[in-house]
Amino acid sequence: MSELTVKVGLASCGVAAGAMEVFETLEGHHKGAGGFRLGRTACIGMCFEEPIVEFSGGALGKISLGKVDPAKVLEHLQDYQQGVLPKANIILADQAEGSHNELLAGQTRIVLRNCGVIDPKSIEDYEAHGGYTALKKALAMQPEEIVEEVKASGLRGRGGAGFSTGLKWSFAQKAKGPKKYVVCNADEGDPGAFMDRSTLEGDPHNVIEGMIIGAFAMGADEGYIYCRAEYPMAIQHLMIAIEKAEAKGYLGKNIMGSGFNFALHIKEGAGAFVCGEETALMQSIEGKRGMPTIRPPFPAESGLWGCPTNINNVETWANITWIINHGSSEFRKIGTEKSPGTKVFALAGKIAGSGLIEVPMGITLKDIIYKVGGGMKTDKPFKAVQMGGPSGGCIPASLLDTIVDYDSINATGAIMGSGGMVVMDSGTCMVDVARFFLNFTQNESCGKCTFCRIGTRRMLEILTRITEGKGTPEDIGKLEDLAANIIKGSLCGLGQTAPNPVLTTLRYFREEYLAHINEKRCPAGVCTSLLRYEVIPDKCVGCTACARKCPVSCISGKVKEVHYIDQDKCIKCGACYSACKFDAINKG
Amino acid sequence: MEQDFSLLEASIEKYRGKPGILIPLLQEVQEILGYLSKDAMRYIAKRMEIPAAEIYGVATFYSMFKLRPQGKHIIRICKGTACHVSDADGIKEALKNALQLEGDQDTTVDMNFTLMEVACLGCCSLAPVIMIDDTTYGKLSPDGIPKILERYAFVEES
Repeated sequence: MSELTVKVGLASCGVAAGAMEVFETLEGHHKGAGGFRLGRTACIGMCFEEPIVEFSGGALGKISLGKVDPAKVLEHLQDYQQGVLPKANIILADQAEGSHNELLAGQTRIVLRNCGVIDPKSIEDYEAHGGYTALKKALAMQPEEIVEEVKASGLRGRGGAGFSTGLKWSFAQKAKGPKKYVVCNADEGDPGAFMDRSTLEGDPHNVIEGMIIGAFAMGADEGYIYCRAEYPMAIQHLMIAIEKAEAKGYLGKNIMGSGFNFALHIKEGAGAFVCGEETALMQSIEGKRGMPTIRPPFPAESGLWGCPTNINNVETWANITWIINHGSSEFRKIGTEKSPGTKVFALAGKIAGSGLIEVPMGITLKDIIYKVGGGMKTDKPFKAVQMGGPSGGCIPASLLDTIVDYDSINATGAIMGSGGMVVMDSGTCMVDVARFFLNFTQNESCGKCTFCRIGTRRMLEILTRITEGKGTPEDIGKLEDLAANIIKGSLCGLGQTAPNPVLTTLRYFREEYLAHINEKRCPAGVCTSLLRYEVIPDKCVGCTACARKCPVSCISGKVKEVHYIDQDKCIKCGACYSACKFDAINKG
Repeated sequence: MEQDFSLLEASIEKYRGKPGILIPLLQEVQEILGYLSKDAMRYIAKRMEIPAAEIYGVATFYSMFKLRPQGKHIIRICKGTACHVSDADGIKEALKNALQLEGDQDTTVDMNFTLMEVACLGCCSLAPVIMIDDTTYGKLSPDGIPKILERYAFVEES
């Protein structure tokens, strides 16, 4: 039997949930009593169950516990050591009932295969899980063969647009220049997306190895990973990984005796969403304002400092080692014909199993939400799922049978995007959501193109007006008109996709806009200025709690008598609603 | 407040003449001085032989660069989608009330806290989330805010 091992998930989400305390408790016990191996790992993807501890090597096989209380973890360990099932929240188990065994069963893990399994700070652990074997194999191939293999795999750019990765590589490979660069885009800026953070925190070597293979195939000798500064742990793990890979001869001069040289640097982003756009990203690496440039020339011809450059997203790079090791035909067995492979999604919002999942392309949205994601968080019914962040759109319940591949998602008006999936229930106002995204893109527009700079601002003003009950029937036409022109008149993806959240909500939830405009009513009860608080006479016991809390004293009524809210004076703060213990105040 | 620019010399020496270094240089300067004052930007411009306008352009483009003095503790409110639908606005209101910040004011009078919004902290499953310095607090409710702030209460340095 293998050694008894305890692993604690110490990715950002785990630490935020208190995993460090759990780890320190175990560490103290390890130093004292010993008797087990203590390891750290990153994120298994079940963020909603953090802190997570995994026991293995005992008679019970591998089991994972969720929401572990630091005060009880030693008790659980003792039980496990004695072959007794711990009295805890068992989420995954080989030989027993785990509450989330089936959540993992619906997934296919290529990109995340090592996340939550290995210690991301240990290159030896990565090597023990097949690390750097793909590089060895690739270095024995001809560069053209590698590009052909990636092309044959059908892998499409996971950053959102879905362009063929192999084709992109072949452009950079054929480009002539004394120097070429490869870049990893880790400027994950979509609100509601954290796939790249988890991948880099959990398995940095897999991304680095993919980049070395790509650099060899395209003839680049230098590379950059452009990572958001908001992800300190991802940057730290990358720095450790690069240092260790250099020490082992996987990076630097004469890699593994092949004569191939490749140097890799990390560039920290300084906080600008538009830098996720590849031409803006290159401007930023050069130390300038990150503003997009006109294409052509494409980066493959003239990129960083005028040299041919290939940029791929974290998840795209993270697929490469698997494709080289298993071959393109194996890769094509997963997913659909036009979108082979898997996709990583960050599930968030009103879903029970929020966290990170990796599913084969071709799965339906319904299966993602109700099987892999565990369904809705509360009793409130599903309303929409937002995909693709500020560039994407909201997909309604009627389209939940849509399958996940680039073309099917595009047909709904949303986009695959980088993988953020925010689930919304009946308590979410779609006009408010559209306003939220417009506020974001309006803030993040670099200001270069007039339509994006001013058009998004005008759209935001109209949406704000509607949520405040000041909208007019013409506003919808104006929004659609502006949207069409912003799409046409913008240089980069930010502007071209900025109207999508408005267009999709207008398409699927138009009646909600109309309720705001014509009836001055917010059906979801979110838009504060449109709310109306009223006392329900049958339920009011006259306790006076609401009247005492009201900051503008607009509630009248005597003790033990039904109270009344003066609508003219009410500022809609909701204090009475929270104060009432008898559910006697109606919000609507 | 007079700033000692000689502290910047080591960073300037390290980066001078190299391509693409303006952003990391400004990050280091901000780390040393706390924020990028106009005088500091002029000083760098002179020493690095880069136009001051170019430095100002970069400093104002990226949200990480601060042109005003910052509080001792930085509170970042996540404004990501998941936090937005989980009432991040209510958390912001509670923070502003507790810190007695009016309108656009982002730093407390005692310079103990600066409040800022960030697009997404990437901890969506813990929404709504704030980050104070390097510590993330999740699953918040407006009522719980004062208790969290107590841990960072202003202490008069003796």
